[in-house]
Amino acid sequence: MSLDSKIPEGPLAEKWTRYKATIPLVNPANKRHIEVIVVGSGLAGASAAASLAEMGYKVKVFCFQDSPRRAHSIAAQGGINAAKNYSNDGDSVFRLFYDTIKGGDYRSREANVHRLAEVSTAIIDQCVAQGVPFAREYGGLLDNRSFGGVQVSRTFYARGQTGQQLLLGAYSALSRQIGKKQVQMYNRHEMLEVVTIDGKARGIIARDLVSGKLERHFGHAVVLASGGYGNVFFLSTNAMGSNATAAWKAYKKGAFFGNPCFTQIHPTCIPVSGDHQSKLTLMSESLRNDGRIWVPKKQNDPRKGVDIPEDERDYYLERRYPAYGNLVPRDIASRAAKERCDAGYGVGASKMAVYLDFSDAIQRLGKDVIAARYGNLFEMYEKITGENPYERPMRIYPAVHYTMGGLWVDYNLMTTVEGLYATGECNFSDHGANRLGASALMQGLADGYFVLPITIGAFLSKDIRTKAIPTDHPAFAEAEQAVQNQINRLMNVKGTETVDHFHKQLGKVMWEYCGMGRNAEGLKKGQGMVREIREAFWKNVRIPGTADSLNPELEKALRVADYLELGELMIADALNRNESCGGHFREEYQDEGGEALRNDDEYTYVAAWEFKGDNQAPELHKEKLIFENVKLVQRSYK
Amino acid sequence: MKINLKVWRQANTQSKGDFKDYTVNEVSEDMSFLEMFDVLNEELVRKGEEPVAFDHDCREGICGMCSMYINGRAHGPEQGTTTCQLHMRHFKDGETVVVEPWRAQAFPVLKDLVVDRSAFDRIIQSGGFISVNTGNAVDANSLPVPKHNAELSFDAAACIGCGACVAACKNASAMLFVSAKVSQLALLPQGQPERYNRVQAMVHQMDLEGFGNCTNTGACEAECPKEISISNIARMNRDFMVAKIAE
Repeated sequence: MSLDSKIPEGPLAEKWTRYKATIPLVNPANKRHIEVIVVGSGLAGASAAASLAEMGYKVKVFCFQDSPRRAHSIAAQGGINAAKNYSNDGDSVFRLFYDTIKGGDYRSREANVHRLAEVSTAIIDQCVAQGVPFAREYGGLLDNRSFGGVQVSRTFYARGQTGQQLLLGAYSALSRQIGKKQVQMYNRHEMLEVVTIDGKARGIIARDLVSGKLERHFGHAVVLASGGYGNVFFLSTNAMGSNATAAWKAYKKGAFFGNPCFTQIHPTCIPVSGDHQSKLTLMSESLRNDGRIWVPKKQNDPRKGVDIPEDERDYYLERRYPAYGNLVPRDIASRAAKERCDAGYGVGASKMAVYLDFSDAIQRLGKDVIAARYGNLFEMYEKITGENPYERPMRIYPAVHYTMGGLWVDYNLMTTVEGLYATGECNFSDHGANRLGASALMQGLADGYFVLPITIGAFLSKDIRTKAIPTDHPAFAEAEQAVQNQINRLMNVKGTETVDHFHKQLGKVMWEYCGMGRNAEGLKKGQGMVREIREAFWKNVRIPGTADSLNPELEKALRVADYLELGELMIADALNRNESCGGHFREEYQDEGGEALRNDDEYTYVAAWEFKGDNQAPELHKEKLIFENVKLVQRSYK
Repeated sequence: MKINLKVWRQANTQSKGDFKDYTVNEVSEDMSFLEMFDVLNEELVRKGEEPVAFDHDCREGICGMCSMYINGRAHGPEQGTTTCQLHMRHFKDGETVVVEPWRAQAFPVLKDLVVDRSAFDRIIQSGGFISVNTGNAVDANSLPVPKHNAELSFDAAACIGCGACVAACKNASAMLFVSAKVSQLALLPQGQPERYNRVQAMVHQMDLEGFGNCTNTGACEAECPKEISISNIARMNRDFMVAKIAE
């Protein structure tokens, strides 16, 4: 099967406008009879569901939390990018497009990224109209700040809770449609299988997490907005429940998985405090606007941060990257922190941390200004660590945060299974090998509000004659049986170890061998270890309780079973890509200065993996990336 | 350190629950309260017992999913803190800690410490929004908002919908939750066209769900992890009165 990205013809800046004008439409009378399933209620899911319902489609939304308002988009702190140029600093759609392509280390699709930049401005308008309380200037107009990897101020924000406010905006739009009965909402439901009929996605099997009952749901199309897979690493900034199951089931039903090894390690997170650690907490990238990152110049310096005089501090980002300083892109900042710690300059009890210091900014601007900008983040830091960041520098270390990889989609956001779409973090599409800060919120809402509701018409317009398929169709029965078998198998292992025991083992292997630095030898070793953990899991996991009741251990087990397969695919992808780009740093491929070395001649492609059966090697398909509007250069932030 | 727990166990909504005693040894002061429960649950699973079911997700104090009533206080003893952000350094070695679910008629217990808060969703669905379809918006800067109002609106919008206000109130009133959304939108120019219909619809739904009345004890504000101000309730009452008079 060959990959067709369906990129429209025409000059880059006109592709989306021209294409939009030609996409077939579904007339209002027909929309009433067309049902769309949306899995996930974060920014991408809630915005898509609300928009589709406003257009007149019948929509069903599924989320595993007790309310759609809890999706993990809510935890995004810093901001959302848009090419408004309100700051009058030379920003434009092209510049946002260019920064995103460059930030992604030239491993994303030009046409998709340009479309993202084009619709970015409408997102801000939409959110303000919904009542999202963005930060404002005294004149009443919107305020902006700067984020990593760019030299303009194009980031809109709502204190340190931008994700929360944007999600609550989308949630309110979704709630309005639920109230109008245009959306049927299924809380505490987890999707466990895609149902395909004649090669098209026609529904899902979902488990009611309270009763344990398996349910069949039909849809003319299925939209996955189920987020990323960072929890493969066990420790990440993702929510505890964030999982890859929907995407993984789709993969096993024929949707290709794009660039699974592209994971983002965020540079500024609160370091691990012990074995009990269940998740890691991010400290927003916006802190790097005013905070300065440093380590002592002396190795294994036992002194406290505040006791180390200025001339004995190494502000290593400012030293190595004078043009961008503390605001280099995330992948670069993370690797630089790891490099310093590995070389013995780390701080804190674990020595696996660097300082993020606000003393200069407090001196320059006053404590009040810093409190107004970052107060809630400072409070959160103090709650977790028991240390006051106004008085002593924060300790930070990189942590898994976001996955650029995901289900492969074409320009319409459709996967390789007809009628099955993937939006937001769930797809691979816009961030290449590294995502810039404040671009995830932008992409989730771009896909959900402005792209998918339009592009899905290309598929649904051909489907207006298709009647709702009754769920006693054999394909539904078969899919439900497959889920039931998996649940039975898990419950019947009756071993001695907990689900978390295996998940933590997997996480350690992935972090060690497929984390910030990777090499062929380590990856091969990691691959074997993942297989061993998977075997042990299926022999020895213990799930108490029953499958027909609220059973959080069973929920976790179903997710971890998928991580144990996905982890291996991530490693295979990392092994295949013999270059360093963005968040994928293969230690064999670096220059004398320790910077990443891309191999554009051989790897300017999206690696799209096709499932070929359990315990069989997946097949690699390549989508060649063609750059007509930007010149590929070595990224330099010096 | 060692922590003794008295934890509410209840198999499902229909069954009767009771307290069970547990002891967790080797609790580190850097653990969050939920991480202590992780340790307890790991031990229970290894012993072949059913772990304690509790709601949680983001574990960074923003999703609003965690919901434990600890020693008689919603989200425990620390001011302005969700259960997931409560750390064990605030407890003493050997202390006995009582953990219950939110208790309110409108929040039925599903299992152990897990309750059903969908009543909150239905209140939002009844009117907690601005009716603007995708694509209808004007340029964002064509609607200037005085900074002071934007800040007040934000303070109200910071609500995480956890339900601590209801759990803390002796009347199980949802007034703080409802008024936070009413205020957020009433303070913005975008929210004006539906201002008075909104407040009536949301209060009506709140009453239907079986939440109690407000008697101004202020427990909600005291226990709110996001420190939402009770002055929002005054704002809502005023709008509600205006709406009624106009009728």
